[in-house]
Amino acid sequence: MTHNQESGNDQDSVLRKPVSRRDLLRMAGVGGLGLMLGAGGMGGFLQAGRSLNANSSPARNTGDQVPFYGLQQSGIITPPQDFLCFAAFAIRSKKLADVRALFQKWTAAAAEMTQGRMIGEWNEQHNSPPSDTGEAEGLSPSKVTITFGVGPSFFDDRFGLSGKRPAELRDLPAFNGDQLSEDWCGGDIGIQVCANDMQVAFHAIRNLARIARGIAVLIWTQEGFQRTAGADPTAQTPRNLLGFKDGTGNPDVTDKKAMAKTVWVQQIEGPAWMENGSYMVTRRIRMRLEVWDRTQLSEQEATFGRYRSSGAPLGASKEFDPLGLDRVREDGEPVIPVNSHVRLAHGDGSVQILRRSYSYSSGIDRRTGQMDSGLFFVSYQRSIAKQFIPMQQRLSQSDKLNEYIVHVGSAVFACFPGVREGGYIGETLF
Amino acid sequence: MKARFMATTSAAVLAISLLASGCGSAGDTKKDNKPAQAATNANAVQINNETADDYKAIIDEYRKYVIAECDLFVTETEAFVQAIKAGEIDKAKAIYAPARMHYERIEPIAEALGDFDPNIDARENDVEAAEWRGYHKLEKALWEQGSTEGMEETADRLLEDVKLLRAKVETVDIEVSMLATGAVELLNEVSATKVTGEEERYSRTDLYDFVANVEGAEKIYELLKSKLKDQDAELTGEIEQRFKEINEALASHKSGEGYVSYDDLKGEDTRKLSQALDALAEPLSRMGAVLGV
Ligand code: HEM
Repeated sequence: MTHNQESGNDQDSVLRKPVSRRDLLRMAGVGGLGLMLGAGGMGGFLQAGRSLNANSSPARNTGDQVPFYGLQQSGIITPPQDFLCFAAFAIRSKKLADVRALFQKWTAAAAEMTQGRMIGEWNEQHNSPPSDTGEAEGLSPSKVTITFGVGPSFFDDRFGLSGKRPAELRDLPAFNGDQLSEDWCGGDIGIQVCANDMQVAFHAIRNLARIARGIAVLIWTQEGFQRTAGADPTAQTPRNLLGFKDGTGNPDVTDKKAMAKTVWVQQIEGPAWMENGSYMVTRRIRMRLEVWDRTQLSEQEATFGRYRSSGAPLGASKEFDPLGLDRVREDGEPVIPVNSHVRLAHGDGSVQILRRSYSYSSGIDRRTGQMDSGLFFVSYQRSIAKQFIPMQQRLSQSDKLNEYIVHVGSAVFACFPGVREGGYIGETLF
Repeated sequence: MKARFMATTSAAVLAISLLASGCGSAGDTKKDNKPAQAATNANAVQINNETADDYKAIIDEYRKYVIAECDLFVTETEAFVQAIKAGEIDKAKAIYAPARMHYERIEPIAEALGDFDPNIDARENDVEAAEWRGYHKLEKALWEQGSTEGMEETADRLLEDVKLLRAKVETVDIEVSMLATGAVELLNEVSATKVTGEEERYSRTDLYDFVANVEGAEKIYELLKSKLKDQDAELTGEIEQRFKEINEALASHKSGEGYVSYDDLKGEDTRKLSQALDALAEPLSRMGAVLGV
């Protein structure tokens, strides 16, 4: 679920919190103050606060745009927008030249869409199908970000790139309790689109799929949501569908050092084409909502090791109080149970990941009539082997949460570094 | 049968049906009779005289093709109808799908000519039960009832309709813009019903229709190819490649002289065919604009 990356350690005090662009817009009402200030005014105001995005170029920030170009791709340490449209593609062409051309076209289209512009030059000719499908015409870019990655299968023998596969990038090992379905697994290419408007996000995926026709095809997609900014004007940590605040323990995305340690691939570890890129893990995790809903509150809280209402660690009073894993009760048992989710996920605290998940709801399971809802877990990390895998191994073995969830989908993608104007996504690899 | 029978008729189709009744030259009929709905498509139908001359040879060539297909359609429908009336079920079944291919190759033309498509190619529920006739009614009798009893009148009626179609195509006035949109419409036909196996409910011979629609589109493309290449060699190469891919995909489902039953396709097969079709239709849909017609 989403992990409120805007919050530092002072989440409780909205007043002490520096003003982010999102807050500013929320206060001003998009299109009100935002428009009056214009690009310059807004940029200036924002710089007085803190930079929202490591790769933002302030000149182009008019409030509802996240810059597409930069050292790193946007959509990774960008504070999570309200909606997600995720798409996995399989490449049908056998020629690297086709794939390269596709990424060039995608880059151009993504650059336009993130600025809220129509794509292509055929939008007025009556005798041609329009090059942009049109449903986002006139809409705000809604902070849309489009983040591209390639999966392990991209490096098989089709394109002569097998030598360039990062050792990191392989399908995840089987974990206890996995019930993976082909319907939500893998992909040669993964694209994460996030935006504060579902129609804007959908438009992006639809047009990227259209541009890919003949070269690559969709193999699965997933939509996701969290509470919107409008429903939560004070920007509390969002709650997942089990009712718990989710994202509290995420590293601070404004802390450059922490991001270099946790998220961005560094030069020393290589491969060179991944420097300033990041590895993405997606897990489609279905929640057994019906079972959870008949579980006592104390049991629910013991499952996570946190209070439901405040999000504070058990035995503590505030959401951002330290976990205090060594605290023990009078009977000698740890306050935060040994098989609780936060204790197991936290481990010794030396290894973190950046979670950027969304809730999903995909109708009902026809066989049981139960809801097919849960968490579309997305995390970014510098190393899958050193960060995600050991964590998920601990969780899959002992997490009390496993009574209420089942992992049904899994994929990993190497997300490219960012791109400068004139370049294209993937150029460091191809 | 066209899926969107009762839905709005496209501007190009309207234009051509008017032209057909008028029998005038491409230039003057258009000006006088252009219906309001076609106004949005004005660019597509306004070809200046030079371009029209330019395309004359191509259009003549296409008309020849349409007539040739119609001739074969008549001959094979005659054989089909005879078999039905003689109660020769197996023979009729064998003729059914190949005969229909001649129609499927030129379907947009038949649609432009009025009621031919509903009369010849309607599926059950496409039209009022009392009005249902044509190939699919006989299909149901052959495969579902296993008997042709009481079908004599439907059979005779079908042959009449097919012969009338043959007579009418003689006079149809074809425009280049119609060729460009017709090629895409043929593929849309496939997307709508054939790829999902809804066209041939009882005989499961959808792949024959699929192949014929693609062949009809390819014929149009072949005729326009050299002109298209002058304008946009890259697009031409792309379309060429995509035709190759879909033809290969279809060829892998051949069985003897014909094609396997739709029921023998796996989910994965239909998905691949459908995606190959979308991959072809996308660049093909730019053909008209690139040619400026
Ligand atoms: C449906 C599945 C899951 C749910 C509902 C869930 C929920 C939560 C909640 C409520 C918290 C406490 C608040 C917070 O720190 O964000 C948490 C923390 C955490 N979760 Fe999960 N989670 C799920 C799956 C996972 C998975 C698959 C991983 C990684 C393998 C993971 C890693 C973490 C980490 C690293 C923390 C922070 C621990 C710390 O405080 O250091 N979670 N999760």
